[in-house]
Amino acid sequence: MLKILKYSFYDLMRSRWSYVYFLFYLALGFVLLFLNNDLSKAVITLMNIIVVLVPLIGTIFGIMYYYNSREFTELLLALPVRRSSIFLGQYFGVAGSLSLSLLLGLGIPFAAYGLFRSGAVWDFGLLLVTGAFLTLIFTALSFNIALANENRIKGFGYAVLLWLLLAVIYDGLFLLSLILLEEYPLDNFSLAATLLNPVDLSRTLILLKLDISALMGYTGAVFKEFFGTHMGLLVSLGALVLWTCLPIWRLAVRCRKQDF
Amino acid sequence: MHALRLTACIFGMLFFWTSRASTWVVCPDCELSSIREAIQRAAPHDTLLIKAGTYLEYDIRIDKPLTLLGQDRPVIDGQKKGEIVTILADSVTLEGLSIRHVGVSYTTDYAAIRVVKRKHFRIRDIDMEDLFFGIYLEKAQQGEVTGNRIRGQAREEYNSGNGIQLWYCKDVQVGENEVSGMRDGIYLEFSDRIRIQNNRSMNNLRYGLHFMFSNDDSYTGNRFESNGAGVAVMFSKNIKMQGNTFRKNWGTASFGLLLKEINDAEISGNTFEENTVGISIEGSNRIEYLRNDFAGNGWAIKVRGACYANTFRANNFLNNSFDLAYNSKVNDNRFEQNYWSNYTGYDLDRDGVGDVPYRPVKLFSYIVNRTPETIVLLRSLFMELIDFSEKVSPVFTPDNLQDERPLMKRVHDRG
Repeated sequence: MLKILKYSFYDLMRSRWSYVYFLFYLALGFVLLFLNNDLSKAVITLMNIIVVLVPLIGTIFGIMYYYNSREFTELLLALPVRRSSIFLGQYFGVAGSLSLSLLLGLGIPFAAYGLFRSGAVWDFGLLLVTGAFLTLIFTALSFNIALANENRIKGFGYAVLLWLLLAVIYDGLFLLSLILLEEYPLDNFSLAATLLNPVDLSRTLILLKLDISALMGYTGAVFKEFFGTHMGLLVSLGALVLWTCLPIWRLAVRCRKQDF
Repeated sequence: MHALRLTACIFGMLFFWTSRASTWVVCPDCELSSIREAIQRAAPHDTLLIKAGTYLEYDIRIDKPLTLLGQDRPVIDGQKKGEIVTILADSVTLEGLSIRHVGVSYTTDYAAIRVVKRKHFRIRDIDMEDLFFGIYLEKAQQGEVTGNRIRGQAREEYNSGNGIQLWYCKDVQVGENEVSGMRDGIYLEFSDRIRIQNNRSMNNLRYGLHFMFSNDDSYTGNRFESNGAGVAVMFSKNIKMQGNTFRKNWGTASFGLLLKEINDAEISGNTFEENTVGISIEGSNRIEYLRNDFAGNGWAIKVRGACYANTFRANNFLNNSFDLAYNSKVNDNRFEQNYWSNYTGYDLDRDGVGDVPYRPVKLFSYIVNRTPETIVLLRSLFMELIDFSEKVSPVFTPDNLQDERPLMKRVHDRG
């Protein structure tokens, strides 16, 4: 598995897309800091981008890589290698290189602007950690979709739909249910609904770190009480880990049964 | 002959002065070691020079016009037994003292210094610590309270007092004081024509400054920071609020400035920075908001209803999560030529005024007003999308609520 991981990883590191991705974040970081020169403000702007773009790129990239390396996968399948290590190796190769591009692309400009001397270090760290988690989660989900669909168009369709669902439609339904059920106490409901969606969870985690919770009134107090404690942070990181592990586990199980 | 008469005259005057206004020295080791005794012995218009040391005294009643001057900051320690200084005469001056340990009571409002129904008092440069009430002016007129430092350690609202309290006062000047750790920093009730200038009111439990039923007052150049809630102006008329700074009043029920039932006021040149709500307005009419800065607040302005004929002109709205929240579909307030950092319009004719009107109320802020729990969706992509669609074609927000001529650059001239 490590060998395949290494191969995929190096293959991707040499590919144009990783560089484009890396350069995109690099440019984004520098432009953001150049424009508002304030680290904590830049972290907020960056959050909007990370929460939306990182899942999208993870999804598209994951599914593209799977379909592109299909022939190579088939070649590997013919060799005496465990199936799970083939797929997991590829998956970690993609997710790893994407995360690395993200971390380096954003880390370099922020470090250059004196991140380590400012108080925003932890907020920024959390931002990168959630970004990395989102990459892992959405790449794993896209691998699952790709594995289930031989048809590339269909696979792409489902993948984009999945992103749309979690990043946009989920919030719409969430909002709708909040408005429809406004006569009931909704704090625990909204807490649960936030935990169930990795995109919402990441957004809330970062927002609460940036002390926007006071804006949120009573609900914010409930949220702050939950996420503000170590327990809450552990639970939400646990939810993110669960979101990562479940698709990976399903990937490992599924690839063993899949008929190629 | 002439010289002799002059000398006699000078001597006469000297004699007259010394007999009229003598100075009494009070110090712990002197013959006069008690302030209370010195007051009893002194004649009206005398000066008491109080030297450094600690005086364990309380219930000091000044019942004749005297000047109490502290030298090297003497300490009057009330040992928590009750009120410390009560002024019961006109033209009393207190300066350079340090007063501590006022008694706490649930039935009487003990104060470090109280003025009762008198005029022309001057309370200057007094340090106050460990207090119940700081300076309590009761039906007092035409005096000044300047340059004092009041530090309390209030924990709960029910057993703490206010820093400077004015009750039925007229024409008092309150300037350059520092108040912290009290219930309300400065509190005015039924007090008219009070001028509050250049004070700093911080870390108070409730409000930095609090008006109730007080008219024709002004407060300028003050700084209100990290209070439970910044400034509350309630049931008052003709208040001028200029050049103040409201900062970091941050908390779930906090605000920089609360206006409730306020008519005909002027709010200009103030800075509202990092408050949960910059200004919360309720039932307030004919108020002019000019050249204020609203930066980094949760809500810059929250209009809660029954507000008519207010004008917002030449203000800067900079990076607030919400510029404006409105809970009705009717609008009778005018927004003119403000700078909005969230404005995305263009200025083709280059006259510095945007060609497209700006709508400060977002759909999200409307939804949050209806269902507060929805705030958890703050900054989600879905919300940005529906905000955008509402911006393009307003359905829920009042359609005449807009700045027809939004500025392209922020207002710098804030004079």
